[in-house]
Amino acid sequence: MIAEILVWSILVAQILLVLAMGCAVYRMLKGPRAQDRVLGLDTLYVNATMLLLTFGIRTASILYFEAALIIALLGFVSTAALAKFLMRGEVIE
Amino acid sequence: MTHLAEVPAWVALLTALFLLIGAGLTLIGSFGLLRFDTFYARIHAPTLGSTLGVGFVLIASMLFFTVLESRLVIHEVLITALMIVTTPITLMLLGRAALYRDRTEGNDDVPPSQATVVKPDVVIPEATGDQPPPA
Amino acid sequence: MRRWMPFPVLTATLLAVWLILNESVTPGGVLLGGVLSVIAVRMLLALDPPKGRIRRVQVAVKLAFLVLADIIRSNRAVATIILRPDSGKRTAGFVLIPLDMRSPYGLAALACIITATPGTIWVEYDSVKHTILLHILDLVEEEVWIDTIKGRYEKRLMEVFE
Repeated sequence: MIAEILVWSILVAQILLVLAMGCAVYRMLKGPRAQDRVLGLDTLYVNATMLLLTFGIRTASILYFEAALIIALLGFVSTAALAKFLMRGEVIE
Repeated sequence: MTHLAEVPAWVALLTALFLLIGAGLTLIGSFGLLRFDTFYARIHAPTLGSTLGVGFVLIASMLFFTVLESRLVIHEVLITALMIVTTPITLMLLGRAALYRDRTEGNDDVPPSQATVVKPDVVIPEATGDQPPPA
Repeated sequence: MRRWMPFPVLTATLLAVWLILNESVTPGGVLLGGVLSVIAVRMLLALDPPKGRIRRVQVAVKLAFLVLADIIRSNRAVATIILRPDSGKRTAGFVLIPLDMRSPYGLAALACIITATPGTIWVEYDSVKHTILLHILDLVEEEVWIDTIKGRYEKRLMEVFE
């Protein structure tokens, strides 16, 4: 019984996170300006990190943690580079 | 999913509760991206997910794995620390980039630049570290 | 000692990160992590980071809990604003705040605190006039926000870093 509650909660949490990723993707595709798209990308990777962690709990596998860490790292670097690019037109000054 | 039945009831319930709160806050935050009308209002929305949203999901993960494996599993702390440090940086950079772009395009709804014209005889002290003494 | 470990706290933090990632504390792991941390900090010196130290740990810990409470409170506030049907009537806007703090680490910490709290974001710092420009989602009275930032965070951060 309790295990079923946990299974369903994980499922609901994953659906909520996927909906959140949908909102971020909409903002990324729709714009209207470049900074809105970057903001969407930023939100998307944060949500993806969380989705991977819920998959980790669902399968009791530590492996998902590593993927979540790498997405968090790469997402930060890419958003920072894109924001820098928007400001000056160059990534490295 | 037999392993889900292996944890005690209170851990399962707490994990479920934290996951739902975290995912719900994240969804509300991302929904704000659709709802607000200007970029500067939208930039506030994702902070919900990247502060408490991530926080709750990570607490759930830490609690679950610590009990399941009967040892302290705290490597989620790394993701927490990473998020705390990186989210403000990306948002600040993005805000500055947006402000800069709006100013160069001459939009009226952003405040003008505060940068003063530096007179030639004023020397701006640079942030110098302690120079090593000449050998 | 100082020569080999110019930033002892940073070195210790890097070692802790290494050990947490490995999920084990063995003599070999500590040795390898220690050597790597010392090398990494030496490489950081090439960037010439400004000097600074945490002077009052107690105030810093209290500030951390204060910030956590504020983050929880503003999470609720911003969630209400997003879900409220008439959220178009908000009064979002920019605020210019003069600062007395000069320590670069204090300013960095203040920037992180302000931006991590939902509803406020740090947009610009003017290093000549020492003012910061914030964007605030629910801007009712400018004076209240200036008092909050200066009295609540800046005073404590100056105690910690200056």
